[in-house]
Amino acid sequence: MNKTLLIFRHEFLHMIKRKGFIILTLIVPVLALIGIGVFQLVSTDEPPLVETVTIGYVDEAFGFDQYTTQGYIELVRFDMPGDATAALINGDVSEYFVIPSDYLSTGVINRYTLERQLETPPAIATGIKNFLTSNMLAGKVPPETVYRIEAPLGLVTTRLTETGEVATEQGGYGNVIIPAIFGLLLALSLQAASLYMVEGLGDEKESRLIEVLLSSVSPRQLLTGKVLGLGAAGLVQVVVWLASLPLLLNLASSTIGGFFGTIQLPANFLVLGIVYFILGYLLFAALSAGVGAISSSAREGQPLAMIYALLVFVPLWFASLLFIFPNSPIWTVLTIFPITAPIEVMLRLGVAGIAAWELAVSLAVMVLSIIGALALSVKAFRVYLLMYGKRPSWGEIIRNLRSG
Amino acid sequence: MLAVEVNHVVKSFTDKVAVDDLSFSVAQGEMFGLIGPNGAGKTTTIRMMMDILKPDSGEVTILGEKLNEATKDRLGYLPEERGLYKKLKVLDSIVYLASLKGVDRHSATEKANELLTQTGMSASKNKKIEALSRGMGQIIQFIVTIIHDPQLLILDEPFAGLDPVNTELLKGMLADLRNQGKAVILSTHQMNQVEELCDRILMINNGQGILYGDLREIKARYRGNSVLLDSEGELGEIPGVTGKRTHKDYTELMLDGTTTPQQVLAHLISHGMVINRFEVATPSLNEIFLKEVGKKS
Repeated sequence: MNKTLLIFRHEFLHMIKRKGFIILTLIVPVLALIGIGVFQLVSTDEPPLVETVTIGYVDEAFGFDQYTTQGYIELVRFDMPGDATAALINGDVSEYFVIPSDYLSTGVINRYTLERQLETPPAIATGIKNFLTSNMLAGKVPPETVYRIEAPLGLVTTRLTETGEVATEQGGYGNVIIPAIFGLLLALSLQAASLYMVEGLGDEKESRLIEVLLSSVSPRQLLTGKVLGLGAAGLVQVVVWLASLPLLLNLASSTIGGFFGTIQLPANFLVLGIVYFILGYLLFAALSAGVGAISSSAREGQPLAMIYALLVFVPLWFASLLFIFPNSPIWTVLTIFPITAPIEVMLRLGVAGIAAWELAVSLAVMVLSIIGALALSVKAFRVYLLMYGKRPSWGEIIRNLRSG
Repeated sequence: MLAVEVNHVVKSFTDKVAVDDLSFSVAQGEMFGLIGPNGAGKTTTIRMMMDILKPDSGEVTILGEKLNEATKDRLGYLPEERGLYKKLKVLDSIVYLASLKGVDRHSATEKANELLTQTGMSASKNKKIEALSRGMGQIIQFIVTIIHDPQLLILDEPFAGLDPVNTELLKGMLADLRNQGKAVILSTHQMNQVEELCDRILMINNGQGILYGDLREIKARYRGNSVLLDSEGELGEIPGVTGKRTHKDYTELMLDGTTTPQQVLAHLISHGMVINRFEVATPSLNEIFLKEVGKKS
């Protein structure tokens, strides 16, 4: 068998047997299954009864005496604030509010409670608002109009294609959630792969095993085999994740429904997910091979590898801005810059899509970066192979690489 | 065809010249000692032979050609500082590293089992490398070095850290390999091992060769004009002996320039001396080493 293939096979098997790799690969489907399972267990019981909340009120403006049941909120009228306070202290009501005589001109409602709260619970605020609205409109408009005023907007947006047909991808958070989770996992996976590579090379240098290896193979064969081995391990990981996604989504949508029912995988997501995952793995493995080459041990190489292993998270840091300003040119830059490209592409696929030319440029830059990084790493490896002492300065590295 | 040919090789690092115009050759079926003090340039020389380092000038030929992928498969290298994959099992480590030398998995497994049995290590074949003692790890690394039946073996300090039993085991295996016609290069500063095993040597100091050739000839060259004698009874006056130095178990007799050891022996026998030991004083390699290295420094 070709020696590069032998190294590839060894590195691949070594990688997929690592505990960290197995945990990261299986954690996604396992956690999702556990989540669905827990939901099933909980939801098979009788749905919990919503306890009626009794709220007191004092009507100093007069005219607020109808519609005292708002959902699970029961409103009890008191004549005087003192009576309401006594009922609150006794626990007859959970809170009360006063409608002042000048309410119509000021809109101010004074609410009293024994609890310390950051803000009024939305359900309570809505209940009080609907109680006030219903009473103010009672007899003036038909009851249906009262309901519509209380809930005037049920916005249903439909995205059409350029030919006027209903688009298969309707956008929204349901479209973003999977690419975003996948992007996060990809970033974690790339970070782990980088550190594994630096650690592996560092250990081989530290234990001087590298000399035995190089008495059998060339630096090019060694590094190419390692990079491809790591890339193949990455492929296994992404296939497990992506293969489990549709199954889990179907399961979640049929059992849990709700938001899960709205989740969609963007077009090309599976193909681009695999392509960027592999290219990302190859790029980070090649970069890490370079770091391993200029470092004398794993301990020394890892902080250096963290520089680009952290840069991979940049698209996630700015994800909220991407949702607000999806057309900013900054996202094009992050799509083309090879270190941020894999995650940025995943996020943009879910938010607003990516122009074909951007994808083409991004893929080309990634492939060229991988080839370049691997070539430089092989060169650096040869120059710094036997450097077991201090790491050279950047100036020295550049000088040495130039002189070969 | 020579196993190794090194011609006027020079290698400098930023702060020093590590190897300075060094030339030597090693024949097939020869055990060759590369000796010198720490920092003399032995390991740098070996690394240039292995193509791990490129010489600044000069040429290295291994098995008749410049080192390439095919010749790499025909040589075995045991570096000075040992290392194997700590988490890998013994048998897997050996088979993987043998496969990188072009041995197929089946043959590698068969041969590995054979060598593990020969070295008494077969009980450890499924243990992880990290569970082995240092000496055991070294034996495994030695197995890795010879499993592909190389024509040339380069061993950097092969006996360092080995207990006497394993040292003897290794010596026996090396002697067998030499008898099979393999070339063996031993780089060490353990002179007694070189004296016992090697046919020819190269002594280097400060990157330069200071002694090179057949070990017996070199020792003969350094032979002093004295004899070592352990006898019973009074020695008395011996013609041609200019001085005596008494040691614990023997007496060293200094001879003048014209008297031979044979004449002294004949004189002793003719005077009815009971002789337990009579030996022409030959310096040990260690003494030659100390003398030469001391002279240069």
